[in-house]
Amino acid sequence: MPNHQINPNQWIDLYSDYLYNYTISRVSDREVAQDLVQDTFLAGLKSMKNFKGEASERTWLISILKRKIIDHYRKINSKKGKAEVRINYNGDSETEGDWLEERVADPFDKTAEDTMQNSELGQAIHNCLGKLPKKQSDVFKMKTIQGFETEVICNELNITASNLWVIIHRARTAMADCLKENWF
Amino acid sequence: MSEIKFFIPCEDANHVCDKTQYKEATLWEKIKLNIHLIYCRACREYTKNNTKLTKAIQKSEVACLDQKRKEAMKLNFEKALKEHSS
Repeated sequence: MPNHQINPNQWIDLYSDYLYNYTISRVSDREVAQDLVQDTFLAGLKSMKNFKGEASERTWLISILKRKIIDHYRKINSKKGKAEVRINYNGDSETEGDWLEERVADPFDKTAEDTMQNSELGQAIHNCLGKLPKKQSDVFKMKTIQGFETEVICNELNITASNLWVIIHRARTAMADCLKENWF
Repeated sequence: MSEIKFFIPCEDANHVCDKTQYKEATLWEKIKLNIHLIYCRACREYTKNNTKLTKAIQKSEVACLDQKRKEAMKLNFEKALKEHSS
């Protein structure tokens, strides 16, 4: 069994998007998700000596992240969390009849299965992104996922527009190949 | 006026196809791409995969961190790293 090495210097470059994507599908709040990812890296650093090398770094970090997410839910459901006013739409006889539309199931709402499939697909996409060279994945992410204008990306990364399109083309070809194997 | 070109080489076709994925191609470019696709099997294949990729990404709603936020995270982390190693 290969022994995995641990190297925190590259964690953020390699895993932050993957962890973030994992978190966002579970807590659905950007700020909270970002904080949890940050906490995970710091916690990973602290418990680095517990890393046995049996799993890959990413798996190990995910296992920390999972615990962080559970902790997060525990915290918001603790006494302090419950002290916040939360509106409960069903139950109370006094409020009965109000906000009726809130109680009707939204047919356009995603089912749990859809969400699960999407989060798996998201992870497959991040896996493939991780295989691209850094420059390609950076440009691809900015353009495709974050939806920045060509001009903005060019200024930010100091490249020409034709340069950008070449990078995009390579990234798209590689991504399509990579996803074809297990998704398309 | 220069001659209007109906036929474009594969590189140009792929470039237009990439632009189409971001809705940045002009109508005339799209017409030329489609003319090209009639007779070019390789580009048809590329266009098919490219469109699939765009759809997959839209459907998955993947998220990634903001570049600035990532930088901030890195700074924070490096500080912790220094403390940790010292």
